Amino acid sequence: MKLYQLKVHEAHKLISDKEISSEELLLSVLNRIEDVEGMVQGFVTVTGDYARKKAREADEKIARGEAVGPLTGIPFALKDNMCSKDILTTCSSKILKNFIPPYNAEVFDRLEEQGAVLVGKTNMDEFAMGSSTENSGYFTTRNPWDPARVPGGSSGGSAAVAAADEVLFALGSDTGGSIRQPASYCGVVGMKPTYGRVSRYGLIAFASSLDQIGPLTRDVRDCALVMNAICGHDPKDSTSTPVEVPDYSSFIGEEIKGIRMGIAEEYFSLGINHEVKDMVEEAVAGLEGLGMEKVELSLPHTSYALPAYYLVNPAEASSNLARYDGIRYGFRYEDSESLLETYKKTRSVGFGAEVKRRIMLGTYALSSGYYDAYYLRAQKVRTLIKKDFDQAFEKCDVIVAPTAPTVAFRTGEKVRDPLQMYLNDVFTIPVSMSGLPAVSIPCGFIKGLPVGLQIIGKAFDEGTILKVAGAFEESMPFKNMKPAFGSYSRGGV
Amino acid sequence: MDITKKDVEYIAKLARLEVSEHEKETFTEQLGDILNYVKVLEELNTEDISPTFHVFPVKNVFRSDQIKESLSPEEVLQNAPDQENGFFKVPRVIE
Amino acid sequence: MSQYEIVIGLEIHLELRTKSKIFCSCPTTFGDAPNTHVCPVCLGLPGVLPVLNKKALDYAVLTGLALNCDINTYSKFDRKNYFYPDLPKAYQISQYDFPVAQNGNLRIQSNGEPRVIGINRVHLEEDAGKLVHSEEGDYSLVDYNRTGVPLVEIVTEPDLRSTEEARGFLESLKKILLYTGVSDCKMEEGSLRCDANVSVRLKGETELGTKTELKNMNSFKAVQKGLEFEVERQISRLEKGERITQETLRWDEGSAQTVSMRSKEEAHDYRYFPEPDLVPMEIGAPMVEEIRKTLPELPLAKRERFIAQYGIPEYDAEILTSTREMADYFEECVKIFPDPKAVSNWLMGELARHMNAAGLNFYNIKIAPQHLADMLEMLQQGKISGKMAKEVFADMFASGKTAGQVVAEKGLEQISDRGVLEKIIDEVIKKHPGPAADYRARKEKALGFLVGQVMKVTRGSANPQMVNEILRDKLK
Repeated sequence: MKLYQLKVHEAHKLISDKEISSEELLLSVLNRIEDVEGMVQGFVTVTGDYARKKAREADEKIARGEAVGPLTGIPFALKDNMCSKDILTTCSSKILKNFIPPYNAEVFDRLEEQGAVLVGKTNMDEFAMGSSTENSGYFTTRNPWDPARVPGGSSGGSAAVAAADEVLFALGSDTGGSIRQPASYCGVVGMKPTYGRVSRYGLIAFASSLDQIGPLTRDVRDCALVMNAICGHDPKDSTSTPVEVPDYSSFIGEEIKGIRMGIAEEYFSLGINHEVKDMVEEAVAGLEGLGMEKVELSLPHTSYALPAYYLVNPAEASSNLARYDGIRYGFRYEDSESLLETYKKTRSVGFGAEVKRRIMLGTYALSSGYYDAYYLRAQKVRTLIKKDFDQAFEKCDVIVAPTAPTVAFRTGEKVRDPLQMYLNDVFTIPVSMSGLPAVSIPCGFIKGLPVGLQIIGKAFDEGTILKVAGAFEESMPFKNMKPAFGSYSRGGV
Repeated sequence: MDITKKDVEYIAKLARLEVSEHEKETFTEQLGDILNYVKVLEELNTEDISPTFHVFPVKNVFRSDQIKESLSPEEVLQNAPDQENGFFKVPRVIE
Repeated sequence: MSQYEIVIGLEIHLELRTKSKIFCSCPTTFGDAPNTHVCPVCLGLPGVLPVLNKKALDYAVLTGLALNCDINTYSKFDRKNYFYPDLPKAYQISQYDFPVAQNGNLRIQSNGEPRVIGINRVHLEEDAGKLVHSEEGDYSLVDYNRTGVPLVEIVTEPDLRSTEEARGFLESLKKILLYTGVSDCKMEEGSLRCDANVSVRLKGETELGTKTELKNMNSFKAVQKGLEFEVERQISRLEKGERITQETLRWDEGSAQTVSMRSKEEAHDYRYFPEPDLVPMEIGAPMVEEIRKTLPELPLAKRERFIAQYGIPEYDAEILTSTREMADYFEECVKIFPDPKAVSNWLMGELARHMNAAGLNFYNIKIAPQHLADMLEMLQQGKISGKMAKEVFADMFASGKTAGQVVAEKGLEQISDRGVLEKIIDEVIKKHPGPAADYRARKEKALGFLVGQVMKVTRGSANPQMVNEILRDKLK
């Protein structure tokens, strides 16, 4: 086994037993990136020199006999919408192609305090708007399981580099499914924590009432370890909730007998591929076999979540993205006669098609005379969607569902039809609209492509989700399956 | 409430986006499709439903009135496309 | 002109006197080098989030209470979206449908008549930065120091009926706001800014005329002059049978006229929606009561109390309560020297005169209330004369010394010791037997000469009343 293939908890053990150094681990990871990045194209920026410095710092700390935390010396990646001081942060947008933040996102600070080693910033759909990374302003990331397919999105880069063993873990952000769906497509574990669990400070805002940062890891135990590091109240984020954070790793390896699993019929009908459906049903049976109690229930407003989301999300985005005007940072269209022209040209050249589409849609939904019919109505529907979950969770402890209706689709397959692309998130969006936590974990393969199982929990009850996910993972025969890279040549397909 | 090309022009102006004739047509069509799709929300009676602007009922989050260090002027201006004497420089603002 | 009724409503922006900005920890200091009080939050960098300064909310509530408003139990922030280079996020965090306070009023005196001017709302928002235009006008420079300084916006009902009344209202408002201490209210530094909505209509008409919005009036005088100009402009248009266009105008101090601001003419479609990055405020009764405790007695109430409690004339009470500092100074003096009218005379007379001449205010004068009270006591006891008192006071004002110190240093203490005076007077009579004889012969004039001689010997420090008495006694 190569060092880069280690899981976080395995690497931690070797580092703290001084069998390997952080630098050795990093060099293995950087070599791996060198080998497969040409195919995967998951990084916008690889921070090799910075990482070497950080790995050496970690080794010095260890040599001094300082405590070795679970993430000390562990190489990881940040999605490129999280600010990193003095390191390029682009949101995969041309409008931020040269943006160097003078400050760190709170999550990055927390990971660095733990001694984790940043190796790069990952590709994404521009401003997190998309489900395939095809909307990146730079290039499309490839799915390590099949380079002709998308890795999902918007955290496609983070999911792909985690799946391709280019880092030991990555952070992504999830607004309507942007961690869970790529995790499903790339066969990794991806968790969206409860809204307010993780500080959004330094996460470049997309739709503020929905955005949440979470980990993409190679197993559930790693997910718990990263959650331990990033969760918890931050006074810099007014919407971060001061709810106590348990030790998530304590949930791993626990029995799940008697835990009630809700199965909502709506999640097995709306446009779902029948093979995916079969596989998820098999997983449900597996969980029953592990002693979980199955509760049939209904979330009647599920089909309204997607349309409501496509009003709330663009509305907030249109406002959040208004600051990219070429005045203080980022790209400015220089050759213009007046301020108004600078604004218009900067934004029209700097933003990609999907971003412009959402800005237009959101501006319309908020504009005079349409607010009540669109934005307000959507936020009211959100109340109904949330109430569905509140009622469901009176009868069960977790809800188990597919993460996405299909496996990874082919690059280019859906770019021309925005609405078809949006439908990818039909099972993840209701959860986002309700602020609830959920994980996607691999539950099998269809023709070599991973399928994700979504486990949704009560607000702030990520622990139970991880308990179920951990037990499920343990029971699966394929848990150490890796994408086969043998057929890809170094440096490109 | 079908969206028209005129609506598209108006929103583009509000959003400070320059749209070509071709884009105007695409946007009219695509936004029309999406707005048509979201019409399904009208099936629900939302009259007595209060909106969810925040998913959890957190309120009264404050900080105390204390000063902390600001950025250095160099950091403030490090990403500025154009600057002069410590100011951000911008094209003419027509009054 | 008399056939027209003038209708004015004001929108006042007030910078709150907090130490740090409303949503970040940068200082609010005015007048420093550009872009030195700026952080990622107030610069609107990608990824930043606002956190509300509690003091700013307290001040907004206090403003609402001072203006007799209802404080909204539920209040929230909204985004007001528009593009301008001084607005880093391209939206201003403001309040739309649930302001901190609503439905208030301010009582003013207008032409000697009491008037009640309605206050529509008081809401919190963030200030924008400052634009400096290059001389040739081909580019502009932006300073974000002011960005995020907390503001309250006070919106009146269209209740003001003349330009003088508008100015009077503004002066009363400023007085009250200074009393509460929420702002330093300096129009010249922009911490108090006033916009106006102006319309005119024929008297008896119930519908409001088309209004114009008037901006950039940077002093009380400018407010009145700007409003006068605009009112006359509107009336003369109507007289000529022309219509008023609804527009935003700028008062141009140089040319003394209002100028249309074409850039503001675009449709005001601000796309307000609830700010998702800030949570709602619940301003419950306990919080309101806590803040109410910090609400001082306001000018009108204080004025009434001064008249009743101290028995001073209305005129005195009005002047003494013109600022909270003067009123406090007065009361402290009276506490030590309980002759209100005498204290009032000295405050309005000598103290005011010296303060004006030196350009000082109650915050930076050296003479403490205790010092003035002590001096008045010496005056009353006859230790110094009225004339000496003015001289002593001038010295006290300049040096900050006590009356006792000044009197001792200058040897100014009045001689009121009967024994001492008799001795001196005996000497004078001996030295000037002629005038003494004249007085005895009923020549009143001679007394004046003798008093003068006593004063000369004592270098003016003899108690003149006693000198007179003793001389008369001796020359009977």
